[in-house]
Amino acid sequence: MLIFSVFKTLTDQKVTVELKNDLSITGVLKSVDQFLNIRLDKIEVFDEARHPHMMAVKNCFIRGSVVRYVQLPAEHVDTQLLEDATRREAAAQGKR
Amino acid sequence: MDSLIPFTTSGSLVDCVDRKMLVVLRDGRKLQGVLRSYDQFANLVLEDTVERIYYRDFFAEAWKGLFLIRGENVVLLGEVDLDKEDDVPLRQVPWEELLPYHRQEIAAKKKREEVKAQVLFEQKGFCKEGGEGDGY
Repeated sequence: MLIFSVFKTLTDQKVTVELKNDLSITGVLKSVDQFLNIRLDKIEVFDEARHPHMMAVKNCFIRGSVVRYVQLPAEHVDTQLLEDATRREAAAQGKR
Repeated sequence: MDSLIPFTTSGSLVDCVDRKMLVVLRDGRKLQGVLRSYDQFANLVLEDTVERIYYRDFFAEAWKGLFLIRGENVVLLGEVDLDKEDDVPLRQVPWEELLPYHRQEIAAKKKREEVKAQVLFEQKGFCKEGGEGDGY
């Protein structure tokens, strides 16, 4: 759930999603769900000539299971806070 | 609870219904049609669907009809911008003309992936991947 929360805080930020087929899409993160399906607006495709089917697409929904990486804007991610939250969650899980 | 609606599949796809959408499937096929329904697994219903193939500056279309796509096969669902679509610098040619080139490209890609997987397996200690339908 933690990573889902991280993505929720990043809505309206510009992110780059790299798919397992090497397609790389930059866009504004509009929403994300529990499966880490991602909705991007105003997309730009890296090396569009190799992916001509994406030329007429302006926003897209990417299924979470096909994502390889998401590049996040570093200034909007508090890694210290994330580390603390991870430990807290792990501790809470240990108690259960 | 209302505030959580953008954070569900159903909340984010609701505005795509009845629009012309591009669907990329895991086997590499590209479909264009009107999205009529969907659910939380990204199972999709597409109406008046055409399959599109691309090769260099050309594309071709083949009429397919009504699809119910199981979510696990979906890679990406994109909204087609009808204004942008007119400006795309690609030329449509008959399906039969483009198909051999398209098949050739797929075969070349498959070959390349096989060579890559073999090198990764033999020299880099990677395991062999299943390759189950992952042609996209």
